[in-house]
Amino acid sequence: MNNRELALTAAKARREAVSMVYRAQSGHPGGSLSCLDVLTALYFEEMNVDPACPSDPQRDRFVMSKGHCSPAVYSTLALRGFFPVEDLALFRSIEGHISGHVEMRHVPGVDMSTGSLGQGISAAVGMALAGKIRGDAFRVYAILGDGEIEEGQVWEALAAAAKYKLDNLCAIIDVNGLQIDGKTADVMPMEPIDDKCEAFGAHVVTINGHDFDDIRSAFAEARYTKGQPTVILARTTKGKGVSYMENSAGWHGKAPNAAEYETAMQELGALIDELSKEEA
Amino acid sequence: MGTKIATRNAYGQAIAELGDRYPEIICFDADLAGATMSKYFKDKHPDRFFDMGIAEADMQVVAAGAATCGFKPFTHTFAMFASGRSWEQVRNSIAYPGINVKVIGSHGGLSVGEDGATHQCNEDFALMRVIPGMTVVCPCDAYEMKLATEALVNLDGPAYMRLGRLAVETVTDAIPGYRFELGKGATLKDGSDVTVIATGLMVQMALEAEKMLAAEGLSVRVIDMHTIKPLDEELVLKAARETGAIVTSEEHNILGGLGAAVAECVSENCPVPVIRHGVNDQFGRSGKAPLVLEAYGLTPAVLAEKVRRAVSLKK
Repeated sequence: MNNRELALTAAKARREAVSMVYRAQSGHPGGSLSCLDVLTALYFEEMNVDPACPSDPQRDRFVMSKGHCSPAVYSTLALRGFFPVEDLALFRSIEGHISGHVEMRHVPGVDMSTGSLGQGISAAVGMALAGKIRGDAFRVYAILGDGEIEEGQVWEALAAAAKYKLDNLCAIIDVNGLQIDGKTADVMPMEPIDDKCEAFGAHVVTINGHDFDDIRSAFAEARYTKGQPTVILARTTKGKGVSYMENSAGWHGKAPNAAEYETAMQELGALIDELSKEEA
Repeated sequence: MGTKIATRNAYGQAIAELGDRYPEIICFDADLAGATMSKYFKDKHPDRFFDMGIAEADMQVVAAGAATCGFKPFTHTFAMFASGRSWEQVRNSIAYPGINVKVIGSHGGLSVGEDGATHQCNEDFALMRVIPGMTVVCPCDAYEMKLATEALVNLDGPAYMRLGRLAVETVTDAIPGYRFELGKGATLKDGSDVTVIATGLMVQMALEAEKMLAAEGLSVRVIDMHTIKPLDEELVLKAARETGAIVTSEEHNILGGLGAAVAECVSENCPVPVIRHGVNDQFGRSGKAPLVLEAYGLTPAVLAEKVRRAVSLKK
């Protein structure tokens, strides 16, 4: 895909993600919107996956370690063809099985159930280790939140990834600078994240997480990096694409009301129209 | 029969041998391979053994990730850290998604001995039992442990198994008709007046208590309940109906473990007296293992006393 096509797909995914949270009147829009450009690039360009064969042993794996960003994952998987977009209407509903946090047993294309922070990255390490044991060529990707890295288990996992030289593992930290209680810098300062990850043995690349050239070259750099895992620090805007949600901790886990939803749909709709026009 | 071997040793040798036949078995430990006895597997299959360092939370979920790629991972640490420290990882990243990881907790119960209360886990049955879908196993001796280990290899789903530190007498190999099946208790001695349902090293003590009580004219049935979950309700209720009184015995808090499981089952289906023999909601303490067990009343004599009390409560 070219950058415009990726941006268009990401905008559509954002529209679905916000709609899911609106319909359910529950969910996490802020962090879903911040990581959606990276996620779109993963599923529509970088990763070797086939919606017709979601359990192919040789497929690349993805773990959403910050499992509350399920709207981003589910909307991406639906747009990629793993299940019908209409199923997204059952998000967080007792009528269906599209559960609040990312869930692997009922949703096609999900490689690991997550939700409790700090655990998904360990699962990704286990998948990468499995690949190494068998000599498989698949790669493993994980997205973590910058608040999530306050969990000690993340650092246990990184240490293990370095010990076992898991160069088939690429972890992306979605650095949007906000968590539930406010700025990550105030809640629990973790910067310099790049130095910390390097000290734990990872190759670190810092990018603009909304720039597809940046994202693409970081994934390539991760693929060429041998003997150590790669951590991509994707600097992003929480709530990206919906003006009033941008850079606001309040939109971490809150659903828009009808008027707010209307505004979001207008803004994302205008972006989709503009990106579609360029195509014509 | 008669030889003394710790179930952790029997397990270590069993999993190492099974590793030959099952290439998909991989083992993880958290810096305790020499104590949990995963070292046997490590020596035999170094390319499938991973020391994750003192990081139990990470270990459990790394194993889960590997299991999603087709491996049969066994994780090893002390019962305290397997069921305590990493409880939430086991719940959310292994049991909830139904992932095929076998969580092995060595050094269960008071018989850890000298290390004292911080390392004497009397809560693991309870903690693991309340997780939906978990199988919870505690074999009593080396022979049973070997059979249980292979059964776990062939069980597709999450399970927790407790190993003991203390060398215990092997008894099940000499019981006529004994066979091991997950979820099915083994009747080691038939009896008609009262039933003792024991697990782990209390099974051997139950057999001793039975002899003491037989001399008094009491006919005691002894059931080895190696699988605490799923509980063999059929066998429990049969004992309730036929003997009219039950004593449970476990190296575990009397709250939440085997005794609770049996009492829940009996009270709902066939109410008869159930006396729970175990650790009376206390922390352990340091000392030589047999002396610690004695200090907390985990002896054949105290168990026999519980049996007499149960019989006295019969209507």
